Amino acid sequence: MEIKFRHDVDNVLEEAKKQNKPILLDFSAAPM
Amino acid sequence: MKFVNENFIPARVHVKEDPEAFKKYGEKYNAHWTPTVLELDPNGEEFYRVEGFLPLEDFLAQLMLGRAHMDFKQGKWDEAEKRFREVYEKLPNADAAPEALYWAGVSRYKGKNDSVALKDTARAFQTRYKDSSWAKKASIWA
Repeated sequence: MEIKFRHDVDNVLEEAKKQNKPILLDFSAAPM
Repeated sequence: MKFVNENFIPARVHVKEDPEAFKKYGEKYNAHWTPTVLELDPNGEEFYRVEGFLPLEDFLAQLMLGRAHMDFKQGKWDEAEKRFREVYEKLPNADAAPEALYWAGVSRYKGKNDSVALKDTARAFQTRYKDSSWAKKASIWA
């Protein structure tokens, strides 16, 4: 199963609060 | 990675694709090297960090360990114990497994207020992961 990474971090931070769900924040240099 | 999608909202900041975002969040979270993976609580506060590349099994074990630590820090002892146990039961050869065994015992002790949990953990280290630093830390409970 592929990880569905999002790139809108500010929105993710807001949504995490609303959903009460933790965030996995990946700082990456891997080829996209 | 079912575990990630079920337990987190996954977000990525790419150093080359979006250098402004990398600078912004790298400074905010003190992440200046890749790969760096942070586990943040729902309020955006860091509770666990994995720095540097790891093979898949070890990476997953670290993520599971971190998620368990979040429950531990929140005093959710039963849930934390379950999550720590999952690490060494599902990924017994991962580097994080001995640490998970240690904290599973601590979680059980704190949840049940029963020192037998610590003695049992020390005994478990006599048969597995006995050369690990976590076995040394648990040895005082024997």
